[in-house]
Amino acid sequence: MPRVSALDLPDVPKGHLPPHLELQRTRVLCASDAPTHTETIQYSGAYASVGVDNSLRLDQFCRDFRVEVIRLTEDDMEFDMVGIDPSLANAFRRILIAEVPTMAIEKVLIANNTSVVQDEVLAHRLGLIPIKVDPRLFEYMSENDTPNEKNTIVFKLHVKCKIKGPRLTVKSDELKWLSNGSELPLEMESHTSDPASKQKTYTAFTCSQVSLPEFSNNPIAPKHQDIIIAKLGPGQEIELEAHAVKGMGKTHAKWSPVSTAWYRMLPEVVLLQEVEDEMAEELVKKCPVNVFDIEDVGKGKKRATVARSRACTLCRECIRGEDWEKRVALRRVKDHFIFTIESTGALPPEVLFTEAVKILEDKCERVITELS
Amino acid sequence: MVVREDFPVDKQFIASPVKSAVDKFQLLPEFLKLQVRGLVKQHLDSFNYFVNIGIKKIVEANNRITASSDPNFYLKYTDVKIGTPSITADNVTDTLTPHICRLSDMTYAAPIMVNIEYVKKFCDQITIEKKENVVIGRMPIMLRSCCCVLYGKDEAELARLGECPLDPGGYFVVKGTEKVILIQEQLSKNRIIIDTDKKGCLNASVTSSTEATKSKTIILMDKGKIYLRLNAFVKDIPIMVVMKAMGMESDQEVVQMVGRDPKYGALLLPSIQECAGHGIYTQQQALEFLEKKVKKFSFSNPALEKEGRAMDTLRNVFIANVPVRQNNFRPKCIYVAVMMRRMMEAFLNKDAMDDKDYVGNKRLELSGQLISLLFEDLFKTMNSEARKSVDLQLAKVNRSVPVDIARYIVKDSITYGLERAISTGNWDLKRFRMHRKGMTQVLARLSFIATLGHMTKISPQFEKSRKVSGPRALQPSQWGMLCPCDTPEGEACGLVKNLALMTHVTTDDEEGPLISLCHSLGVEDLELLSAEEIHTPNSYLVIFNGLILGKHRQPKQFANALRKLRRSGKIGEFVSVYVNERQRCVYIASDGGRVCRPLVIADKGVSRIKEHHMKELMDGVRSFNDFLREGLIEYLDVNEENNALIALYEGEAEPETTHIEIEPFTILGVCAGLIPYPHHNQSPRNTYQCAMGKQAMGNVAYNQLCRMDTLLYLLVYPQRPLLTTRTIELVGYDKLGAGQNATVAVMSYSGYDIEDAIVMNKSSLDRGFGRCIVMKKLSAINQRYPNDTSDRIIRPQKVRSNAEKILDADGIAAPGEIIRPHDIYINKETPVNTRDKFTSPTGLPDSAYKSTRQTYKGPQGETAVVDRVALCSDKDNNLCIKFLIRHTRRPEVGDKFSSRHGQKGVCGTIIQQEDFPFSERGICPDLIMNPHGFPSRMTIGKMIELLGGKAGVSCGRFHYGSAFGEPSGHADKVEAISETLVRHGFSYNGKDFIYSGITGCPLQAYIFMGPIYYQKLKHMVLDKMHARARGPRVMLTRQPTEGRSRDGGLRLGEMERDCLIAYGASMLIFERLMLSSDPFEVQVCRVCGLLGYYNHKLKTGICSTCKSGDHISKMKLPYACKLLFQELQSMNVVPRLKLTEA
Repeated sequence: MPRVSALDLPDVPKGHLPPHLELQRTRVLCASDAPTHTETIQYSGAYASVGVDNSLRLDQFCRDFRVEVIRLTEDDMEFDMVGIDPSLANAFRRILIAEVPTMAIEKVLIANNTSVVQDEVLAHRLGLIPIKVDPRLFEYMSENDTPNEKNTIVFKLHVKCKIKGPRLTVKSDELKWLSNGSELPLEMESHTSDPASKQKTYTAFTCSQVSLPEFSNNPIAPKHQDIIIAKLGPGQEIELEAHAVKGMGKTHAKWSPVSTAWYRMLPEVVLLQEVEDEMAEELVKKCPVNVFDIEDVGKGKKRATVARSRACTLCRECIRGEDWEKRVALRRVKDHFIFTIESTGALPPEVLFTEAVKILEDKCERVITELS
Repeated sequence: MVVREDFPVDKQFIASPVKSAVDKFQLLPEFLKLQVRGLVKQHLDSFNYFVNIGIKKIVEANNRITASSDPNFYLKYTDVKIGTPSITADNVTDTLTPHICRLSDMTYAAPIMVNIEYVKKFCDQITIEKKENVVIGRMPIMLRSCCCVLYGKDEAELARLGECPLDPGGYFVVKGTEKVILIQEQLSKNRIIIDTDKKGCLNASVTSSTEATKSKTIILMDKGKIYLRLNAFVKDIPIMVVMKAMGMESDQEVVQMVGRDPKYGALLLPSIQECAGHGIYTQQQALEFLEKKVKKFSFSNPALEKEGRAMDTLRNVFIANVPVRQNNFRPKCIYVAVMMRRMMEAFLNKDAMDDKDYVGNKRLELSGQLISLLFEDLFKTMNSEARKSVDLQLAKVNRSVPVDIARYIVKDSITYGLERAISTGNWDLKRFRMHRKGMTQVLARLSFIATLGHMTKISPQFEKSRKVSGPRALQPSQWGMLCPCDTPEGEACGLVKNLALMTHVTTDDEEGPLISLCHSLGVEDLELLSAEEIHTPNSYLVIFNGLILGKHRQPKQFANALRKLRRSGKIGEFVSVYVNERQRCVYIASDGGRVCRPLVIADKGVSRIKEHHMKELMDGVRSFNDFLREGLIEYLDVNEENNALIALYEGEAEPETTHIEIEPFTILGVCAGLIPYPHHNQSPRNTYQCAMGKQAMGNVAYNQLCRMDTLLYLLVYPQRPLLTTRTIELVGYDKLGAGQNATVAVMSYSGYDIEDAIVMNKSSLDRGFGRCIVMKKLSAINQRYPNDTSDRIIRPQKVRSNAEKILDADGIAAPGEIIRPHDIYINKETPVNTRDKFTSPTGLPDSAYKSTRQTYKGPQGETAVVDRVALCSDKDNNLCIKFLIRHTRRPEVGDKFSSRHGQKGVCGTIIQQEDFPFSERGICPDLIMNPHGFPSRMTIGKMIELLGGKAGVSCGRFHYGSAFGEPSGHADKVEAISETLVRHGFSYNGKDFIYSGITGCPLQAYIFMGPIYYQKLKHMVLDKMHARARGPRVMLTRQPTEGRSRDGGLRLGEMERDCLIAYGASMLIFERLMLSSDPFEVQVCRVCGLLGYYNHKLKTGICSTCKSGDHISKMKLPYACKLLFQELQSMNVVPRLKLTEA
């Protein structure tokens, strides 16, 4: 006997919800005082009494779920994610912010700093510079690991302002990638080691990173060349080495691969009544983002229509004032997410999202393996 | 504010008044610029007055030192001046700059140079010699005064001198510390004040203060009779006796002088009767009567004995401010009569009583006056010392050495006297009977605003303990002069005040020309008036600086004439003319210490300032002084304000209006000026912010990183407030901010935000929000000892221990090194023997030294950095090494933050960004504040700040929130802000649609969210947290030490003890109070009850009183108890212990 899912059995009710309940289930109602019905109804039997099944079904999900990319540039993307629960969309957002790894400067070895910027502040500023490198090519460095070409990227910064020159602004393009690892000798055994053997440095690279195929024609550098690191007065100098390692945004925001990632639910603007003539014009004028348009109905009559509901920022101007709440309803579609990812530049935004999906997958798998 | 016309203008347009008050605002920056460093103008003016005029007067008044034995032997000061700040060391003179002084613990002082003419006597040969530029001492110089090297320098020059261009100056640098002489508030001198004393007796008092004497004269009314109370008399003297003693023998004349109105006569009658009862009718009788009442002094002056001490007292002590010329006591008699009349008026009508708290009756004593007193005292002392030494020299028989008086005047007494007084703040001037403490304070360098606020602070005349409400209450006359918000909370509340933004404090003005001017304007001289004429109707008394000049028959015209002269610049702009109709007096004041402020003059309600004036001002062809000179603006002091009708805005002016305010927000001071929309807040909130603004971290000055303060708090990324005020721009807070614009969501979150706590976003902190730098100074001295040995700093061993790691080869920690607690920062050694002489004090063997290395004590587990190391020599020429230790901190739970509306709170928890709510635009707040902070505090200003800030970031324009600024356009209106918000797609009320970061669903409320300027306050957990299990104990009592700095125990106090008693936890009390504190085992003798001792040889306890060890019991008691027993025994009280079980 073929296995049939219990859900497909005929006794499962397949009716439809009455319109007001359906509205509550699928829309957030944004009234002028407060949004209502913001939560999603999870319980499968929530509508059992009216004969409707509220359970989530995989086949249904697979059928309904779709992703539509609206805008994709080098650094940011906007896409619609339809047919998904807010908790899942939120999971992606959270993972993007906190758990997708990147490389960021973690250790700064300052050889000389005579600028006005204090060492700690300088190090902090360096840490926040996004580095354009695929973190997937690197390993995490744990506490007792030695830094090697697999887990560390080394940059050098050596700038000096001429004594009788103008003031100098040190920008991120001064950060030079040292593919062979650190150049600063380790102090410890500097006297004992014989001159023949290689001087030990702060890193233990076995080979140059340039020799690795991934970087051979793709040198590592900060994503932006014009981030101000410090300003130097005449005679001031900064000489340092910065070691970038792999990390996650939850440890420190510098490892977050996104400036921010967020979503908003699809706005839905509904005219509950016909809005005509002066009222229509008033309505069009009210909206700062031009959600409404005017339509000629003939005979000199005009009617307001909703033209660009997606642009609504929920300023609630259109429902401000007497009676307007009766004419216009602002809603959000609960399972349609306009997702925006602003990448810091380590990875393109679309890759970031797939990475996030992979991480969620991993987590699910881990749960499954832990449970079984 | 641009006039769009070219010069051939239509006259009507020019004639029309300025349309709105906005236009006049430009006067303010001009005013503050004119005063070069506007806010401390009063200090600078006062000091400049002293340096340029005051010191000359003092020297001139005491310009001759004459030997008492030989009147031809003299020294005369012909001139005095103050040089440029410099120091002379080893015969090399270097000019000083304030910054050098700050760094190397020197005093920023300039030589006081005098020209002298003196007699030199050599072998009975007398020669008169002259010397120029003799240095008699060094005067500490107020920064930015006319003697300072910074005077008149522009920004680039100031930068070259290491000085911050925004620094206000007005303070002194004494021994490397910056000292402010606080403005002292006092009751006016030489003015009649009618008041009641403790017993309810009416009295009229005058505090006389002249160059020669200071006295307080009180005329009081007791049981209907009038008496004089003077310190020089042992008892109260009937006033009629005094009058008779001054030659006013006719009672009728006295009555006429007081006023012929029978109501005055009736009140005077009992006094006349009393006088007659004593049988005193003539001057002689009166003087004899007084002679008995004069306080006897131990020493007697033969000159006085002849004339009688009573006469002398009447002449020199009694209302000393009224001069007696050629034994003419008549002015004094009239003065007394006026005092009596005023008192009687007050008796008949309580409203005529003077209010001591009225600002017009107060004078502010500024640094110039105080230093001048100090200098006068020291100068006189020096002169008398010189005279003494010369007398000694002249008395000597041996005349082989030339006697040169000039040699005795060059002394350090003035230098040290000035330096000591300013650095300790104690003004102990026996000569002037002045013993005041705490006159100076170390300039607060916590933040830029703290510095400014400190300069405008006024310290009270009363001691703080007085539990009276009167002086603490807000006086209506403070309007525009003293800030209504800026006062501390607690005991000094209302007593310590601050100057408002536009206040100016006057300095003394020359009296002579003014007096003769008054006479030529028709004042009838007092001398020429009969007693009857003094109070004739329609004539007003003219009182000049507390002195009755005479009367005038047309007081209004007289006052107007004087004012006209003042407006045209013929007399000083700070001379005040005030017609008091009730007292029928015209008061003219030119004395120093009055508070005044500039106002726009209006004729019949039409402002004198027209558009073209403002245009000229904008174009830079006209300055504030031109406005003054042309009579468009004038200064009014508090008294004269009573004769003016001042309109707040030009539109509100009526035909009677005489003046128009320049800007209403100038009634606030510097600190209150930082608050946006303060007029929307509950008033105590503004007061709280005034206190907190001074604790906020931020930038201190442009030279903050070159300074060596003992403690310095800096913010790593300070910002300028998004919602600014005009005051902020005027004082430069936008350049040296102390806070950051945080995006705040007003909502409840996580429960860690109750009781004003705030929830912070971890990512914001990661990105640098609230990060601060704490710099502490450590210093070490390479001491030299009397036996010529000295400390030495030695290089560390080759193989360094961990603690020595940060030392350089010279044995001193290297700058830039990371320093941890217990690290050695200076590897110093001290000779073991510092008393006995050695043959070669420098070549001692190593064994003669012991190590006195200094280790860093900081919070455990935190690392700091050695920021800078400075070497300098201190006053004893020892090498002094200063270390600046820098610690960068990110906010942690428990750190204190505050907005600019008196809403402080600690960080309750720090939460990951992904858990934080976010808006539809992806905005994630930096911190979350609980909405319960609003209803009870009623800080509407904060809400408007949020709205304004939000509108500001969305439209890219800084919004303004100056106090009372809506009508004049210095504050954006909420309607306009809302419109801006709507235009940028936000809700007009600032509430956003927010998604929860945890569930991902929208929140069920719109959240009020936007940027608010947040200050990080200096109170940080790291400096406060403290716990201990076991630790050090006090030697004496063996109880745990007290206080965090000594790693002290946590006290279980009386109230906690009471709780345990009530609960019945006796064992717990026993443990806490004895076992955990100071348990001690004692041997108690059961026979005598006294404590014995334990003999370790015999291994028994022995009672030293009974000399036996037979009846000894061991017991435990607190060591403090044992100590008490012994102390009692030492005082012959015998405490005996009776043991119930042993």
